[in-house]
Amino acid sequence: MATLEAHAPHAAQPRGTRSIIWDYMTTVDHKKIGILYFLTSLFFLVVGGLEAILIRIQLMRPGNEFVSAEVYNQLFTMHGTTMVFLMGMPIAVAFFNYIVPLQIGARDVAFPRLNALSYWIFLFGGIFINASFLIGAAPNGGWFGYANLTSEQFSPGLNIDFWVLGLQALGAASIMGGVNFVTTIINLRAPGMRLMRMPLFTWMAFITSFLIITALPVFAVALFLVTFDRFWGTVFFQVSAGGDPVLWQHLFWMFGHPEVYILILPAFGIISEVIPTFSRKPLFGYAVMVYSAALIALIGWGAWAHHMFATGLGPIADAFFTVSTMIIAIPTGVKIFNWIATMWGGKIRFTTAMLFAVGAVALFTVGGVSGVMHATSPHDLQQTDTYFVVAHFHYVLIGGTVMGVFAGIFYWFPKVTGRFMNETLGKWFFWLYFVGMNLTFFPMHFAGLLGMPRRIFTYAPELNLATINFVTSLGAFLQVPAVLLLVYNLWISVRRGAPAGTNPWNAATLEWATASPPAEHNFNTTPVVHSREPLWVEPAQVEEAARGPMEHIHLPPPSYWPILTAAGVVATMALFMTNLWWAPLIGLAWTMIGAINWAFEPTH
Amino acid sequence: MENTAAMPAPHGHGEPAHAAHPPTATGLSTWKLGFWIFMGSETLFFGTLISTYMVYKHESVTGPFPTDLLDIPLTSVSTFVLLMSSLAMVIALDGFQRNDRRMGLGGLMGVIILGAGFLGFQAYEFTHFYHEGLTLQTNLFGSSFFVLTGFHGAHVTIGVIWLLILWIESFRGRFAVTNEHALKVEIAGLYWHFVDIVWIAIFTLIYLIE
Amino acid sequence: MRAPLAAARASAVLLLAACAGEYPQTTFAPVTDFGVLINEVFATTLWWTMGILVVVLSMILVAVIRFRETPDSPEPKQVHGNVKIEIAWTIVPAIIVVMILVPTVSAIFETQRRPSEDALTIEVIGHQWWWEFRYPEYDLVTANLAYMPTGREIHLQMHSADVIHSFWVPRLGGKRDVNPRPRQAEGEAQHSTHLLFTISEPGRYAGQCAEFCGDSHAIMRIEVEAVAPDAFEAWVADMKAPPREPLPLEGDTAAAPAPAPGALPAPTGTGQRVSAGRPDSLIFEGRRVFSSSTCVACHTIEGVSSGPLGPNLTLFGRRLTVGAGALPNTLENVEAWIRDPVAVKPGAQMPGAERPWGAFPATGLSDAEIRAVAAYLTSLK
Repeated sequence: MATLEAHAPHAAQPRGTRSIIWDYMTTVDHKKIGILYFLTSLFFLVVGGLEAILIRIQLMRPGNEFVSAEVYNQLFTMHGTTMVFLMGMPIAVAFFNYIVPLQIGARDVAFPRLNALSYWIFLFGGIFINASFLIGAAPNGGWFGYANLTSEQFSPGLNIDFWVLGLQALGAASIMGGVNFVTTIINLRAPGMRLMRMPLFTWMAFITSFLIITALPVFAVALFLVTFDRFWGTVFFQVSAGGDPVLWQHLFWMFGHPEVYILILPAFGIISEVIPTFSRKPLFGYAVMVYSAALIALIGWGAWAHHMFATGLGPIADAFFTVSTMIIAIPTGVKIFNWIATMWGGKIRFTTAMLFAVGAVALFTVGGVSGVMHATSPHDLQQTDTYFVVAHFHYVLIGGTVMGVFAGIFYWFPKVTGRFMNETLGKWFFWLYFVGMNLTFFPMHFAGLLGMPRRIFTYAPELNLATINFVTSLGAFLQVPAVLLLVYNLWISVRRGAPAGTNPWNAATLEWATASPPAEHNFNTTPVVHSREPLWVEPAQVEEAARGPMEHIHLPPPSYWPILTAAGVVATMALFMTNLWWAPLIGLAWTMIGAINWAFEPTH
Repeated sequence: MENTAAMPAPHGHGEPAHAAHPPTATGLSTWKLGFWIFMGSETLFFGTLISTYMVYKHESVTGPFPTDLLDIPLTSVSTFVLLMSSLAMVIALDGFQRNDRRMGLGGLMGVIILGAGFLGFQAYEFTHFYHEGLTLQTNLFGSSFFVLTGFHGAHVTIGVIWLLILWIESFRGRFAVTNEHALKVEIAGLYWHFVDIVWIAIFTLIYLIE
Repeated sequence: MRAPLAAARASAVLLLAACAGEYPQTTFAPVTDFGVLINEVFATTLWWTMGILVVVLSMILVAVIRFRETPDSPEPKQVHGNVKIEIAWTIVPAIIVVMILVPTVSAIFETQRRPSEDALTIEVIGHQWWWEFRYPEYDLVTANLAYMPTGREIHLQMHSADVIHSFWVPRLGGKRDVNPRPRQAEGEAQHSTHLLFTISEPGRYAGQCAEFCGDSHAIMRIEVEAVAPDAFEAWVADMKAPPREPLPLEGDTAAAPAPAPGALPAPTGTGQRVSAGRPDSLIFEGRRVFSSSTCVACHTIEGVSSGPLGPNLTLFGRRLTVGAGALPNTLENVEAWIRDPVAVKPGAQMPGAERPWGAFPATGLSDAEIRAVAAYLTSLK
């Protein structure tokens, strides 16, 4: 299917399951890849959520014996690892994939096959790391894997091997995705779309991708150091040879702090699309929103050691990072005010998407406030490593990121499927989730400051924390039917949702000019834009370009080399674990064969 | 010399489809731009490895220590070889851009030979250090030195293989030595120069600075 | 729902400060200068941030109510921004940030000052999963339960024997990681981390490890017994006094048993006091079994044994828990601990029952012997 005839969006023709599977396995279309990312991330959301539920059952009562300490340590490690690397990052990439090319008037991303490769490495890497459960050796060193607990000496099993190797593959996939999106956004914008005319979601994708490109390599090195210590006997974190485990912390958090901005900025982008649309006003302070995000990303690189206030770096380092961390609060606060100002004087419509977007702003503010408390390092010595921190980051990650993502789902579902999601179920979902989330995490602020450290499989009854933990667990259980409602809503809406037109929300940005769902080539003719809100300012011209007469279109053909190469990458990781010197070479050879065939594959 | 700036990129192998029709927003080739971005990430990668070496520079508890083993005169020669390979790369690219077959192919072969020569020096250095009692496991110097220079050497090796494939295909005429395909050589050149610059940083910070 | 939430939260915090007795590890009832100072920093931050939170949540609430869509609401004015407002709501938070930063940075330097000349230095060594306390000034070692004098500056100098731990006794103040020490070249200083505080109120204060350190991270409790200076000196004396034979009860005709072959030589001196309530013969027997079993390879009891690897068990009977928080310190629990430590505390590096894949061979002690040793240990007060 090298060239396409002009045609109106058509109802999906019935196709065999096998042909659909082959289609998705070889697709290089950003929209299909976006859907793959989304469904896989949703799956891992459920997996991570299950791990959380098991954790909360264990912690419901002091001295509980629902799971053993060993199993518990695997559960909390995998909960964090799954939610950050297999859900939080990929679900943002799902949105980047589907939405960014549409928002900038492009037909696809800059490197479509590389895009597919990133997805398949993500899927296979996620399976690899979870396969460890099958042999009861899931990673158990925490999602942050502090040396020297992760050394061969103190973690002699396969658990940490799965962790370092799996994350190495996933990190590489992320970096490739980052390169792809930066190149796409710089080079494939439609004529007239200057940087300061791009939708804010695309801006956030852009800045996030820069963060990915710069932070993930640091993590890659850190992982290599631990891998080599474990497999080849290097001494990077070997105390008896002068190695310093604190170096791991520096490297990890140099990655880890930008990572949390990688997790939140996409949600900020979604919120910045949803709130203006359902307030019927443009985003307040567009330029400020762009600059503040860039500033947050930049300063975020200089705040990492606020995760290490208890490490004993000394007062000068502590003071520096206290100041740099508190400075980030300023551009962050500015964003919150700008969202409120967007709503102010508007005509607000409470769709589910809007509920989640506004809820996210409110709950993120709560999380931001506890963040400011952490920044005051002397008292952070009480807060750090306790449930107070757990409360903080769940407020920003669930309150901010996850709820922002939920807003995005309800917002863009009509574009992706041509149907509305059920609003009644959506509102039930929102309230159940909102109540459940607050019930789970608000009490944790108290648990932490009343003496409950993190990462403990049980706690003593005399600490009197049983009630708080019980309430927290109830809140967690409440999130289960909420998420099930989401899954059910997605399922029935795809099949029987009310039909939606091209721009059901009367939104402003380019993606709403295409058909719902968009044709494979997105726009019949590349639109020319002259404003930030093309569909509000120049709708006729843009819609004509999107759905009018077609220019000659050439799309990259599908390819099976990305999926094969991805399998080679993850196979190399798995073969590394055999400890046979020649085994990973097989994987490398397989990867190279895939890459070389890919390089010489004709693209039309 | 930038030759792909304003022209729509040709229907070559692996060109992103979009570039075939509307010009890019910056006028730069998407492949080239993407590669520059990738090198940005590689800068962080090597920067972290170099920083790790520097943090541990004086922390080895047992020997051999850097002053015992690092041979600056010898490494200066290998550095020079690598620098000359970059020169050959410039010549090769110039040849492709001018449709000069001899210069293009000759230059590429020059890079390959000099690059392989550099790798030879590295192999010699590694085995020499090994015989002097320095391994990955010996001490912090051994671990951080071999990991850093090992990753660099792996990058050089990948570059040599890449260039070899380019050379073979050019020689067999699968793509002609012409201006149209200079972009592929240019990108390989970007990679090669990057790897060379990383080596300059390593040579300076690890070998030259006490 | 949101603004009342914030108010409720603030008042709850104040309420809890009063309930220290109910929450042994609360951070709201500090008994040290360190703990009080950092709570002051927190209070400053709390008021400012609660204020911001109330303002923001209220504005959201007002916005969603006042500007919600109704059938007759007008089309909104398409405002793009306002530079003056942006400047205002950048500057005001910046000022608030400075207001918070000044006392905060001051507290950083105050809490990390050099210890005074007459501070009591206690060396804290973290192990998987117990705490070793050394008092160089008194040439004294103990484990899990640390006595500290009130009114005197305490300087904790800490490092780990294995992985990273964190020392946290909330009522004494903040926590500090306890890191393994990279081996240094000859003559180079060893790394430690530090905490500095003066305790104002005597009492028993509970804490636990706060940095994930493996299987039994959750069972690595700390007990601090803060006492007046003279009581502290008395404890030091008790710790250092070598044990004497436990005195027989009146009417008990059994003589002190002869040492078993190969056992440690009989100690001399005044020895440890024996608590009432246990048959002395059982305690005698316990001491005999202890002295002649593998126990002495790891455990030190002043005057009885000098094992270097495990927790020091001198005055063990004073501790609230056995196994650094695994179980309350009762006769039955100590028995259970000795019988099978790994069952009580995952990963415990102590021999006990037979374990097919265990790191140690079984101790081979009979139930009677275990009971006797438990009686002996719990009698050490």
